[in-house]
Amino acid sequence: MAEILVLAEHDGETVKKVTCELLTLARRFGEPSVVWAGPGADGGRERLAEFGAAKVYVAGGDELSEYLVAPKAELLAGLVADKSPLAVLVASTAEGREIAGRLAVKTGSGLITDAVDLGDDLIAEQSIFGGAIVVQSKVRSGTPIVAVRPNAVAPEPAPGAAEAEDVSFQASDVAKSAHVIERVVQERGERPELTEASIVVSGGRGVGSGDNFALIEKLADSLGAAVGASRAATDAGWYPHQFQVGQTGKTVSPQLYLAVGISGAIQHRAGMQTSKTIMVINKDAEAPIFELADFGVVGDLFHVVPQLTEQIQKRSQG
Amino acid sequence: MNIVVCMKQVPDTWSERTLRSTDSTLDRDAADAVINELDEYAIEEGLRLAEANGGEVTILSMGPEKASESIRKALSMGADKAVHLLDDALHGSDALATSAALAAVLGRIGFDLVILGSESTDARMGVMAAMLAERLGVPQLSFASKVDVDGTAISINRQADYGYDRVEASLPAVVSVVEKINEPRYPSFKGIMAAKKKPVETLSLADIGLEPGQVGLASAATEVASFAKRPPRQAGTIVKDEGDGGVKAAEFLAAQKFI
Repeated sequence: MAEILVLAEHDGETVKKVTCELLTLARRFGEPSVVWAGPGADGGRERLAEFGAAKVYVAGGDELSEYLVAPKAELLAGLVADKSPLAVLVASTAEGREIAGRLAVKTGSGLITDAVDLGDDLIAEQSIFGGAIVVQSKVRSGTPIVAVRPNAVAPEPAPGAAEAEDVSFQASDVAKSAHVIERVVQERGERPELTEASIVVSGGRGVGSGDNFALIEKLADSLGAAVGASRAATDAGWYPHQFQVGQTGKTVSPQLYLAVGISGAIQHRAGMQTSKTIMVINKDAEAPIFELADFGVVGDLFHVVPQLTEQIQKRSQG
Repeated sequence: MNIVVCMKQVPDTWSERTLRSTDSTLDRDAADAVINELDEYAIEEGLRLAEANGGEVTILSMGPEKASESIRKALSMGADKAVHLLDDALHGSDALATSAALAAVLGRIGFDLVILGSESTDARMGVMAAMLAERLGVPQLSFASKVDVDGTAISINRQADYGYDRVEASLPAVVSVVEKINEPRYPSFKGIMAAKKKPVETLSLADIGLEPGQVGLASAATEVASFAKRPPRQAGTIVKDEGDGGVKAAEFLAAQKFI
C-alpha cells in the first residue's frame, strides 16, 4: 500500500489531536507513517498506534527544536527522497504551513494549505474568502503536500503497528540560522488550545472590558472550551492577540462555537465560519452574526452568559 | 541598512471577493484593491527600523498594472523607492512561482532585511517568508510581534499559541510580522505629494532572468479543479431573552448533547 507521511504535532510528550485527524485522513489513501521530529517519540507511540500509524520515523535531535522550521523541512525532504511517499500531510498551523512551504520549495512540489477535507485523487477542499467560497484544489506536480486545518475531520481509531524506525539526521548549517534562545509561556490556565478545541467561546466588542472577559472564561471553563476573541477585543487590549479569531488571526473549526457580543463582521466570520454548530449571544438583533447562528439569543450578555454558565454547571453536577 | 518590504495588493476584505469563472484565478476587477493589511504593518516596521538604524526602505510588489496604486500608497507612508515586478506571464502564479520570482528580484536588488506581512488576506497561506528564506538561504524570522536589530544581529519575538519564542539570527534575514507589532501610520499630505516623485522601477520576467514557462497559471504546481459559493447555512432558532435566555441556550446545548 502506498505510504503517506504525516508530520506529528507534539509537545515533546504527547501527540496533539490534529495528528490523529491527519492519520484518519491518510488511511483513506494508504498506509500512514508518522514523522516524529524532536524528543518524546516513545511516549507518543501508543496514541499513534491507536490511530493507525504503521511506522514512526524518529529523529530525536535537539537541533530540530532549537532552530526554527528549517531543520524539520530538511528532515522531511530527506524522507520524501528516500521513501517516495504518495503525499505528505501536516497540520495547517503556523509552523506546519511553514515547514510545508520550505518542503515544497526543496522538492518542487505543489502545496495546498488549510484543507478542510481530502477526497478522491487527493483533491483538497478549501474554504476561502472568509468562507464565502468552497474550492476543490489539486496538486499536479511533485509529491502532494497538504496542510490540513485542525478539526477538519473526526479522528477515528484503527489499530496500527507504529513501529519505530530511527532516522539519522543532521541539519545543515544554513538550516541552523534562526536560533530559538528562549520559550516564553504565558499562562492561559488549563484550557485547550484554540485551534484544537472542540468548543470555543469567543468574546467581542460587547464584552466591554478586559475584566469582563472573566465572564467569557467562566463560560468556557464550564464547557471545557478554549477562549477566543474578536479583533475589536484584541485591538482594545482586552484579551491577548494570539487568541484572536478571524481573518488576521486564527481560523477555528470546532464542533461548537459560541460568539458572545460579536457583531460578525467578515473579518471575524473568516475565522469561524466552518464551525459545525454556532451559538450567538448578542443584544443587537440586526447583528450579521445571527445569519450564521444555529441558535441565537437576542439579549444582554451580562445577564444571559452568567445564567447559561450556571445552568451548564448545574447540569454537569446533576 | 537596505530594507525591502514585500507588499501585495489584495481585494478588500470588506468587498465581495470571488474567483473568475474562466480560469479560477482571483477576480481582481470584482473588488476594491488595497494593500494587504498585514503588509501595512511590515511597511511600518521597515520605516521604524530605518529611522532607528539608518538606511533605506524599498517596496517590492509583484502584481498587475493596478498594483501601482498600492505601491504609490506605500511610498506615501514614507518608503524611499519601489520595484514593481510586472509581467502578464505572472498571472495565476502559485506560491512556488511567486516565491521564485520575488527571490529573483531580491537577488538582483540586494537586501539586508526583507519584511513581509505574515500572510495575505486573500490567499492566507502564510508561507511566503519561509519560502523566500529557503530560496535565499538566509534565516527565517517569522510571525514576529517584536523585532530588534543591533548591528548585524537581529532578534524577534515569534508569536505562538503558548506565548512566544525569542529567536536570534544574523542579517541578512527574512522577517514576517503579525499585526500586534505596531500601529501603521497614515500617509501625511506631505508624504502623498512626495510619493509622486519617488522612483518606481518596473521589472519584467526577462529582467530577472526567468522564463515565462517557469511561472504563471500554466506551470502552477497546484490547480483549482472547481469552486462554488458556499450554500447559506440553514436558518437557526433565534430567541429573545425574556429573563430565561441562558436557560434556553442551555436547553439547546443539552439537546445537541454538548452538555
